[in-house]
Amino acid sequence: MHNLRFVEATVVDGVGLIELNRPEVLNAINRQVVSELVELMTAFDRDPEVGVMVITGKGRAFAAGADIHEMAGDSPIDLELLDQFADWDRLLSIKKPVIGAVNGFALGGGFELALACDLLFTTETAQFGFPEVNLGVMPGAGGTQQLTKIMGKRKALEWLLTGEKMSAQEALHFGVVNRLIAPELLLEETMKYAKKVAKQPALAVRLIKEAVDKAVDYPLDEGMKFERKNFYLLFSSEDQKEGMSAFMEKRSPQFKGK
Amino acid sequence: MGDTILYEVLNGVATITLNRPDKLNAFTHELNHDVRKAVKEASTDEGVRAIVITGAGRAFCSGQDLSGVDESIDHGEVLRNSYGPMVKEIDRCEKPIVAAVNGVAAGAGFSLAIACDFRLASENASFLEAFIHVGLIPDAANLYNLPKIVGHAKALELAILGEKISADEAKELNLVTKVIPAAEWDHQVRAFAERLASMPTKAIGLIKRNMKAGWQMDLHDYLEKEAYGQRIAGLTKDHQEGVQAFLNKRKPEFQGQ
Repeated sequence: MHNLRFVEATVVDGVGLIELNRPEVLNAINRQVVSELVELMTAFDRDPEVGVMVITGKGRAFAAGADIHEMAGDSPIDLELLDQFADWDRLLSIKKPVIGAVNGFALGGGFELALACDLLFTTETAQFGFPEVNLGVMPGAGGTQQLTKIMGKRKALEWLLTGEKMSAQEALHFGVVNRLIAPELLLEETMKYAKKVAKQPALAVRLIKEAVDKAVDYPLDEGMKFERKNFYLLFSSEDQKEGMSAFMEKRSPQFKGK
Repeated sequence: MGDTILYEVLNGVATITLNRPDKLNAFTHELNHDVRKAVKEASTDEGVRAIVITGAGRAFCSGQDLSGVDESIDHGEVLRNSYGPMVKEIDRCEKPIVAAVNGVAAGAGFSLAIACDFRLASENASFLEAFIHVGLIPDAANLYNLPKIVGHAKALELAILGEKISADEAKELNLVTKVIPAAEWDHQVRAFAERLASMPTKAIGLIKRNMKAGWQMDLHDYLEKEAYGQRIAGLTKDHQEGVQAFLNKRKPEFQGQ
């Protein structure tokens, strides 16, 4: 991890904490930010000291939109050759759980980044939205697909067509976020949950995430078979032997992540 | 701060004075907007630890200025664009807000008073649910807030019968904290507000936040909310100060942090 300009990273008790650090532009997402995020998350994914990742924003926004200046003059061919969204695809292939701690506005690309996380904890005052339509375009990093898979076609369209902001309460109601937390405690509570997950047997956590991701896209029959393979696979792990022995011996397990 | 109000900060108290005395401080879009801006300013100003809203002249606020109302008006849009944002700003504010009701509080003026946390009434004050007399429903969150203060049955009675309530009657209904003689008005309002401004501001904000949240939560969720609230309060300097003062048998000096 070298030359990170726009994101900051630390590892605390098995949690890889990633903070977007451009508060002066409400952590707007430009190509460099996404590329740094991918680099960092890929490294965390391979780091045995990291069990789970948390993404948050410094200042009053999580991430408010994209850098419009950067793309305003691009032609379709420029965009095809640049293939900027390939980095977003890589974000989705991260194996370890990623938790978003949404501390304020999550708009446009910022909302897409939030939706790319596996779980979302948010402040009661956070706001979400896809304002792209008001610029004559639309979300391009998964917004229409991710939001629809979560809240269904009708509700997703309602927000996407007007670009209006969704409150944290609405986001909770439609299952877009997991928990609403007092702003003062967002990071503390998110880290508390993340540390709990980081202590879990890493292979089980990894294969659970993989199986749950398949549930979204696979027909049930395929998903069940996929789940079964992962279930069997865990029986080759040391943690399965330790976990089950500890259970039978009525003691706490000591997991190694192997 | 705006042409329709006066705004002053003194000893930790921001005073917002509705200032259209010749119109009995009736609401116009501009007045709604100015009150919203002033409450926001007071909310973010770290030097402010309590807010007073009062009226210039003999009225607190007589409600919507009907001179601008004609058949072309979309009443729903007026609420969305003018009253709604003002009421939300007051609701969002974590500092204690006192409505110092110096005279008549009618219609949306009544609504403004009950959107605040405390109401002090001058002996000259009165409250009136005027809406029914022009065939409208009490707005600016009036029907949301009023039953929480006086109970459902009484609120319904006030809203539908639309009878004038004197300051003393308002005290009996728990609509006001205190009725103050005209001669002592300024002094007592200031003393009350400055007392609030010397208290643990963060804890006051959390009490407001939690009590409001409780109305729309089940016990299980509320207890979680309470744990957040106490965790936040437990991290404040004012909590430390309170504990130290108690242990050392002295009066605490809260800084609002």
